[in-house]
Amino acid sequence: MLWPIDLAILTLVVIVAIGALMVKDLLGAAILFGAYSFMMCLLWTIMGAVDVAFTEAAVGAGASTVFFVGAVFRTSRRTKD
Amino acid sequence: MKITGLIIVILVGGLLIYAAADFPAWSDPASPASTYLSPHFIEKTIEETSVPNIVTAVLADYRGFDTMFETTVIFSAGVAVFVLLRTFRRKEPEIRHYRHVLTGVTIRVKKGGKIPPSDDFERIDGLWTPPDLIIKTVCRFLIPFIQLFALYVIAHGHHSPGGGFQGGVILGASIILLAISQDLRTALKRIAEKLDAVLCAVGVLIYAGTGALCLLLGLNFLDYGALASVLHVDPITARSHGILIVEIGVGIAVMATIIWIYNNLSSGGKYNQGL
Repeated sequence: MLWPIDLAILTLVVIVAIGALMVKDLLGAAILFGAYSFMMCLLWTIMGAVDVAFTEAAVGAGASTVFFVGAVFRTSRRTKD
Repeated sequence: MKITGLIIVILVGGLLIYAAADFPAWSDPASPASTYLSPHFIEKTIEETSVPNIVTAVLADYRGFDTMFETTVIFSAGVAVFVLLRTFRRKEPEIRHYRHVLTGVTIRVKKGGKIPPSDDFERIDGLWTPPDLIIKTVCRFLIPFIQLFALYVIAHGHHSPGGGFQGGVILGASIILLAISQDLRTALKRIAEKLDAVLCAVGVLIYAGTGALCLLLGLNFLDYGALASVLHVDPITARSHGILIVEIGVGIAVMATIIWIYNNLSSGGKYNQGL
């Protein structure tokens, strides 16, 4: 089914995940993690798991990104390693 | 240390990929999960619970015990953040700052001093950046619609994707949006800390209480068919209604926990003006 879209999103998931791990700026990492969640949400939708996709969009891309950004603001923005 | 970590990650990842090859093919009708469990849910859900959305029925009825403890996990997360971060400052600081909303004049009030009780003054902490007028206004317009959509998601979980978890998160996010677009004190005026903490527990109580009620009425824990005599409907409709009651409980608990975590996280437990 929809294999070109599937492949494109899977590639983006891997790129965004590695980016979130490698980036030095923690705020950037939080945003990249939100993008990762959104890509996962699209993947769930392609697989037909709409309920899971909805949860991923609300919790992963929405609420947890806000929590990460809040935590970064209250601590430090640069990572040491 | 980093290289050791990388080696472990590559090893475990390789093992997982190797194991994934043994999985049955995606949507394979002959796979073990699809031979007896899935057909039962697909064929019998509407007969047994009269809920068109099978996912909701599985989540809140067939596997209701699991979902109850998921809600408890979220509640525990809220309590953990509260215990770790919340600081109770007994004493008021020496100097407090108030801002006159209309003119933007900031006044310093020394300890023991009072300001006239009116809505013209708002309490601020040392640094204050004005909330952007456009963002503030647009968020004020958007928030009621977001909340309405959240209620729709909770109430319509029987027929379409959605349910207590998603609706609760969206409800909580609308209050967080208010806190971000203005400041935390504005959001705390809508939902105070105590009310929020109580709502957290009330949500879990509604879920567990429904289960206990079923037990008292003579059936198993969380067997909503027992509610038929209380709701004056047949047992199948009672299961549908039971799912709705439980979803409302989940929604309240999740909403309150999301707000609670955000409040503690964004203000570092001090409940001042937040981010």
